[in-house]
Formats: sequence, structure tokens, C-alpha cells
Amino acid sequence: MTGMPGCGQLWTANMKNDLSAHLSDSKLRVGSYDFDSRLLVGTGKYKDFAEMRDALELSGTDCVTVAIRRVDLKAAKGESIFDYIDRDKYTILPNTAFCFDAESALRTARLARELLGTDLCKLEVLGDTQTLLPDPVATLEATRILADEGFTVMVYTSDDPRLAVHLAEAGAAAIMPAGSPIGSGQGVLNPNAVRIIQELVDVPVIVDAGVGTASDVSLAMELGVDGVLLNSAIALAQEPLRMAAAMRDATSAGRNAFLAGRIPRKLYANASSPAEGVIGGQPSAAPTV
Amino acid sequence: MKLTVNGEGREVAEGTTVLGLLEELGLRPEIVAVEINGELAPRAGHGTRKLCAADVVEFVTLVGGG
Repeated sequence: MTGMPGCGQLWTANMKNDLSAHLSDSKLRVGSYDFDSRLLVGTGKYKDFAEMRDALELSGTDCVTVAIRRVDLKAAKGESIFDYIDRDKYTILPNTAFCFDAESALRTARLARELLGTDLCKLEVLGDTQTLLPDPVATLEATRILADEGFTVMVYTSDDPRLAVHLAEAGAAAIMPAGSPIGSGQGVLNPNAVRIIQELVDVPVIVDAGVGTASDVSLAMELGVDGVLLNSAIALAQEPLRMAAAMRDATSAGRNAFLAGRIPRKLYANASSPAEGVIGGQPSAAPTV
Repeated sequence: MKLTVNGEGREVAEGTTVLGLLEELGLRPEIVAVEINGELAPRAGHGTRKLCAADVVEFVTLVGGG
């Protein structure tokens, strides 16, 4: 803060007014992992790997999710998504997407650990293919087992606050409530529940799923959650790269708004300009500033 | 001998190792994880572990996902 004008000093161009301290923030810490960005981005549904790579870069994320699947033995041998994710730049978070029982999710998580040498797991144990909402009982069971095996479990869950507490007690490193169903683009449907989860658990809360556009991300961050994870909202936008940048800005805007503290909502107006000293008005005391 | 690889039957020579099968299929070993009969087969053993008749082998890799 050296060179800042003091009280009563005039600003001059050669004084450096460093305001960055006003925008300082902690990193997003999940288990032993630190992330600079509070936006986590999926790698599915892009037109091609190059578009994915560019969208990840513009989103500002440093944590990207991937899925684990059988190698397609008939497909032409060639590029892998591995070739388009710079592992010096991004932490890879493997998911257990499309697992409908605990055992499948455990197998997937263990294969991912072998494949990537990571203990991170985005645990998803789903109930059915239409809603893709989590199976809470199987999710809790799998969380407990993976945490015991030393995984850093980031668990996809519903927005049920009590379940979130159970998951945290079972060893989850992050609670990731769905804002709304995966890929639905409906935003955060129950902000109160998300806020209550945030208050009840000590581990990071990351809204995972349901984001449709940038304002959904900002609204989620303004609730005070620690991060947002999204995929389709960027990958399926008309212009994914532009949307990636919008999501980066929305994350930052929402986070800063939360930290800054919004004004309370009121029914009636409250003028920003002084009511006193209006030209042609009644003589009155000098306006208070 | 006959194996099941990613859900499909496949004939391989006796004595084929995990690494040998990966190479035969043209796969990049560094981007594949292997499960044999439901158990994880750690990478360090791929070069020496011989496959047996009727083994059920899963080769998995990363794909895009959210």
C-alpha cells in the first residue's frame, strides 16, 4: 500500500494506488488440495477436444472432472482426452458418473486412482436414469468406504441438509449438493437448503449440477457456497468459449458480492443523493455527506 | 485360450501378459487401467502377470464427463 494518498492528499498520477488487498480471498481448500479458482468444470459434451481445452482455459478453472469408461476397442486408435488436459495446470477430478449402486462406484473410484494416481473422487451414486438424482443411502455407504480407503471424497448429493451432515461425518471432504437435476439448466432451486447445508457442515460446499447460465453461478456464490461445478452450461452453450468466460466472471462476481455483504432488501426507496439543499427548495442545513 | 475383454469374447495366445494384450490391441498402457475378474490389476504387474483362460478383463480409460 505504499504511495497511497493519505487523508487530505490529492491524487496524483505518479502515486500508485494498489487496491488488490481489498479483493484478497482464501483459496478453495478440499482435503489437502488448494484451488485458485472456485469454478470446477467438466470435460464432457464438447464438440471436440480442442474446444474443451480452450473452454477450460477461458473458464479460469484449475480443477476439471472426467469420467472413467471402458476403452472402445473398435474405435480408431488415436487421440485421448489425456492429450488435451495439462496436468501441470489442472487437477483432474475423476467421477463415478452413471453408477447406480455403491459397488460400481467403488470399482470406478479405485480404477480412477490407479489410472491417475489421485485420491480425489467425485462420488456419484445415482438413483435412476431419468432424474439422475443421487441414491442417498448408497451414496452415504460409498462415502464411508472410500473415505476409509483414503480417498478425498467430493460427494454429489441432494440438497438435503441432514444428509449433508451425515456425509461429512462419514468422511466426505466436500459436500456437493445439486442445484437442480444434472444438465437441467434450472439453476439453484432451493437456495435456503443450500444455505443451511453451508451452515451445518465444516467442509467446503460446492454446488454441483443444474447451472444454466452465468447468473445461476453468481446466485449460488452469493449464497456463500465455496464453489460451483458445471459442465453442460458451457459445453452446450451456443458459444462455449464465450460462456466459459462468462462463468469465470460470474464466479468471481458472486464470490466478491458474498464477501462484500449485500444490503438488506427493503420495501421502500432509500435515496442515494441527499434530500437537503435541493435547488429552489426550502433553506435548510447544509447537506450531510 | 478364450478371454472376455470389455464384455466381448477374444482369443489370445497362452502366456499372454496384460501388457502383451494391451500392445496387441494397440492401446497406450499409460492411459489404461486394468481390472481382472473384478479385481484391480496394478500397473506395476502388467508386464509379468499372465492371463488365464476365461479371465474377465476390463480396460478402462478417461473420457469427457461432468
